[in-house]
Amino acid sequence: MLTSILNIFINLGRRILAYVYFMGGLSNLAVQTLFWVFIPPFKKNRILEQAKKAGIDSFPIVSLVAFFIGVIMALQTAYQLQRLGSEMYIASIVALSLVRELGPVITALVVAGRFGAAVAAELGSMQVTEQIDALETLATNPVKYLVVPRLLALSLMMPVLTLYADIIGILGGWLICVQKLGISSSMYLHITFDALLYKDLFTGLAKTVFFGMIIAFVSCYEGFNVEGGAEGVGKATTRAVVTSFIMIIAADCFFTALFYFILP
Amino acid sequence: MIEIKELSKSFNSHKVLDGLNFEIDKGTTCVIIGRSGCGKSVLLKHIVGIMRPEAGQVFIDGKEVNKLRDKELDLLRMKIGMVFQGGALFDSMCVGENVGFGLIEHKRLKKREVFERVEESLSLVGLGGIEHLMPAELSGGMKKRVALARAICIKPDIILYDEPTTGVDPITADSINELIKRLHDQLKVTSIVVTHDMKSAYKIADKIAMLYQGKIIAEGTPEEIQNTEHPVVHQFINGLAKGPITETLG
Repeated sequence: MLTSILNIFINLGRRILAYVYFMGGLSNLAVQTLFWVFIPPFKKNRILEQAKKAGIDSFPIVSLVAFFIGVIMALQTAYQLQRLGSEMYIASIVALSLVRELGPVITALVVAGRFGAAVAAELGSMQVTEQIDALETLATNPVKYLVVPRLLALSLMMPVLTLYADIIGILGGWLICVQKLGISSSMYLHITFDALLYKDLFTGLAKTVFFGMIIAFVSCYEGFNVEGGAEGVGKATTRAVVTSFIMIIAADCFFTALFYFILP
Repeated sequence: MIEIKELSKSFNSHKVLDGLNFEIDKGTTCVIIGRSGCGKSVLLKHIVGIMRPEAGQVFIDGKEVNKLRDKELDLLRMKIGMVFQGGALFDSMCVGENVGFGLIEHKRLKKREVFERVEESLSLVGLGGIEHLMPAELSGGMKKRVALARAICIKPDIILYDEPTTGVDPITADSINELIKRLHDQLKVTSIVVTHDMKSAYKIADKIAMLYQGKIIAEGTPEEIQNTEHPVVHQFINGLAKGPITETLG
C-alpha cells in the first residue's frame, strides 16, 4: 500500500521534472531562434520553400475543413435560431465565430497536424542519421539553418491561411443559408460584413502568428531531441502534434481573455 | 597538431571518456581502435567541437576548441572534414549540393567555381558524374565516398573518419582504405580514423591507439601493436572471445 502511494508520488515527480525540462528546452530553443532570426545572411529561398510546404500545400485541406466547419456552424445555429424565428442572425454568428475563434484555431490545428508532424519527423530523421551533427561540422548552425526558415514561414503563412479559411467558412455558411434556409445572398453578405469589425479580424489573425511560432518551436524541439531510431522518430512526431494542439488551445484561451479585456 | 588532455565525458552516469590523454602529429594518419560503444565516435565529436567535455581540453594547433567563440569555431570547423559512419548525407539535397554544401554556405565562390570543386572532389573519390543523383539512389559504399568528397571539398587540414569501412563489403572496404591512403598522400592532411576493422587499421595507419574504459591504453606503429603483449590489446586485435575484455564484462 505504502509502496504504491510512494510510486504514485515518484511518477508524479518524474512527470513534473520532465515537463520542467521540456519547457526549459523549448524556451532555450525559442530564445536561440529569435536571436538567429536577426543575424545575416538571410536566405530567402529557404524561407519560401518552407512557406510553400507550410502554407500553399495546406490550402486544399484547410479549404475542405473550413468549408465543412462553415456548413456545420450554419446548420447548428439554424437549429437554435429557427425556434426563435431569427434565422437572419445566422450569418453574423457564423462570421464572428469563424473570424474570432474557429478560423484561427482550426487552421492552426490542421497546420500542426500536417506540417508540424512533417517537421518533427524530418528533423528527427536528420538527428538519428547524424545529419544535424554533419551540419555543425560544416560550420552551419542547425537552429539558423533549420528552425529560422520554418519559424518565419509559419509566422507569415498562418495569417494568410487563416484569412483564407475565414472566407471559405463564411462561404460554407452562405451556401446553407441561401440554398437551404431561403435567406437572400445579398442579405447574408450584408449581415456578415455588418457584424464584423476590424478588431475581430485583427485579433483573429494576430494570434495565428503566435500559433505558427508554437508549431515551429514544438515541432523543431521534438525533432532535435529524438533518441533511438525509427521508434523515436514516431514518438517525437506524436508528441509534437499533441503538444502543439494543447499549447494552441491554451494560447487561444489566453488571447481570447486578453482581447476580451483590452479590446472589449 | 592535436592534443587531448584529461578529457572526460559521461552519459547517464556512465563514464565514456575518463581522463583521456592523447596526441596526434600533423600530417599523420592515426587510427583509434576499440570495441563498439567504447567512446571512439564521442572522441571525434569532441575534436570537432560538437560535444562539450565535462572536464579536460582539446587543442588543435595550440587553440583550445571549447574556449573558441562561435565564429572562431566555425573557422576551425572549415579546416576539419568529418566523414560520418552512415555518411550523414542531407536527404533533401542531390549529391552535388551535398558535396558543395560547405562552399555554398561559407565561401564566396561563383557557381562555376563551386561546380568545379564538386566535380574535382567527386573525381578524387572515383564518383565523377553523379552530381545529380539523390542520396537515396546510392549504395552504402557510394554514400561513404560521397561523404568523403563532401569532407575534402572544403580543402581541410584534418579529416576525421568515423568507421569508414563498417557496413560495406570487403572489396568496397579495401577501396575506401586505398582512398584514405591516397587522399592522405595527395592532400597531406592529418587523418584520424576510428574503427574496429583491424585489416583497415594496419593498412592505413601511421599510428594505432587503443581506447578502452575511457582511456588510451596502448599506442604505437602498426607493427608495435601487432606484436604487443598487452593482454587487452592482444585480445582485441586478434578478435578473441576469451580474455580480459570479456572477463571484465562478466
